[in-house]
Amino acid sequence: MQQPVTASPAVKTGKPFLTERRLSSLMAYLFISPFFLLFAVFGLYPILFTIYLSFYKWDALGPMKYVGFKNYDLITSDPTFWISFLNTLLIGLMGTVPQLLVALVLAVLLNSAMTRFKKGFRILFFMPNITSIVAVTLVFSTFFGNNGMGNWLLDLIGFDPVAWGSGFWGVKIAIATMIMWRWTGYNAIIYLSGLQSIPTDLYEAAKIDGANKRQQLVFITLPLLKPFIIFTVLMSTIGGLQLFTEPYVYLGQSGTGSTREEGITMVVYLYSEAFRNGFFGTAAATAVMLFIITIIFSVINMWVSNRLGGDTGGSKA
Amino acid sequence: MRATGTVEEKQGIVSKTLFYVLLIAGALVSVFPFYWMFVIATNDRSGVFHVPPLLTVGDQFFVNFQRVLELSSFFTALGNSLFVSTVVTLSVIFFCTLAGYAFAKYEFRYKNILFFFVIGTLFVPQQLGVLPTYVIMAKLEWIDSFKALIVPAMVNAFGIFWMRQYISTAVHSEMIEAGRIDGAGHFRIFWSVVVPVITPAMATLGIFTFLNVWNDFFWPLVVLKDSSRFTIQMALQQLFTTRDGLDYGMIMSATFSATLPLLIVFLMFSRWFIAGLTSGAVKS
Repeated sequence: MQQPVTASPAVKTGKPFLTERRLSSLMAYLFISPFFLLFAVFGLYPILFTIYLSFYKWDALGPMKYVGFKNYDLITSDPTFWISFLNTLLIGLMGTVPQLLVALVLAVLLNSAMTRFKKGFRILFFMPNITSIVAVTLVFSTFFGNNGMGNWLLDLIGFDPVAWGSGFWGVKIAIATMIMWRWTGYNAIIYLSGLQSIPTDLYEAAKIDGANKRQQLVFITLPLLKPFIIFTVLMSTIGGLQLFTEPYVYLGQSGTGSTREEGITMVVYLYSEAFRNGFFGTAAATAVMLFIITIIFSVINMWVSNRLGGDTGGSKA
Repeated sequence: MRATGTVEEKQGIVSKTLFYVLLIAGALVSVFPFYWMFVIATNDRSGVFHVPPLLTVGDQFFVNFQRVLELSSFFTALGNSLFVSTVVTLSVIFFCTLAGYAFAKYEFRYKNILFFFVIGTLFVPQQLGVLPTYVIMAKLEWIDSFKALIVPAMVNAFGIFWMRQYISTAVHSEMIEAGRIDGAGHFRIFWSVVVPVITPAMATLGIFTFLNVWNDFFWPLVVLKDSSRFTIQMALQQLFTTRDGLDYGMIMSATFSATLPLLIVFLMFSRWFIAGLTSGAVKS
């Protein structure tokens, strides 16, 4: 079919039959061409082919057979698909909503004029984010072992132990905790840079006009922080829906490589359909569904975060 | 950045204390798992189940790490990751800077549409194309080859966006003009006029890229089957899949050893890193 291109753009030197102007745009096209070549082969073509593939039955080896919407019927009537959908949403919500709120609080604290050692705190808060997801998952699986620190702490404050590795909520809380730990500091620093971009004289003017702390927050801070909030909400939405490594590693220690139902996410479902069961058609249909869901949720979340701050919509820093 | 002292009204000792308590609690939560990693890595394999939890560093690190070496080709995997991450990073820096320069300083037809398209690709999830990309790799016989990791990652939209933003403000068009008048070629101007001015942005992009490639798990898992080709993340995951009771001392000694280099790099370059993070945040 399409011949994949090995992109190694040699830099050609223009020859005098070109005018300076044309040479200049030719060079510009040359400079940007590696991206477009690679994207054509490893981005655009695979996306189109995924959509095409979702209407075929295929095991990646034999001939492809057109089946219409059968793959979509198959996955939507598979309870595991819906479990993976529900899990993805629940873990996504549990991992990101509290996280963004905590990040906002940390950012406000860090931005306060009376806080010292700002740079030091920023570095410490950001440290979890450089750790690989695999490493995070391994460390937290010691916390959430049956006799691990998590249950010890619960016992200390008088609660029964929780089955972090197999319970419906236990698994989800464990995975959401891993997400929170890795991303809270990152988002706090994004918010902090947003807060720092708000001119201080705005607050002074508001104070002269008699605005109290709460009014300053609602009418100045939140509206001006809006682009940053939209950015983090969007990134968290996309990241949350693509959740794979945490559940795959955390629940895959049985040696069979399969993931427990409590933690199966949509991408885990996709991965096992394709690379474990060899059903490339249904896996492609899952990918298309995931993409549609991503668009829907991104639009909803953008709309919601855009309404934040009430009637002050449209003001930009 | 420094507030002039009039921003917040004077507040009592109480709220000030509360501020610090919360911030320090946040910092402790951030740092503790690193310490805990080291504690488990340096105690024997039953250390993780100790009640109450152990909080002191032991002396079993090398004993634990010996078992890592028996069970996996840890250093091979480390070398694989180092190789792939380095090649991708150099390539991303080069091609993204070149493309960002073109978008920032050249005039050509469809420039804005093309740039908009580049930004748009940022929002397409990787998983959407993973199956056909896998098939392409199989056709090219790149399964178990580092080319499968390197080639698709050689240039990316974020890097182009990031370099364009920086070059637009940091490189003055007069400098480029002066180079033209001196008769320097396009690539020559790029290399000896533009690149020296923008090394901080290139460094930031480099650190980001290196970290992302180093930490990636999903794509290597798809295309690497032979354990001698595993990246460090896959090697760590493999240690975790044993059927007989988990040897956390061993697992954590490997995890710690794989995390430490990144931690050192991060602490050395944190200034660039956080600056890059914050200025790249809002794409509007």
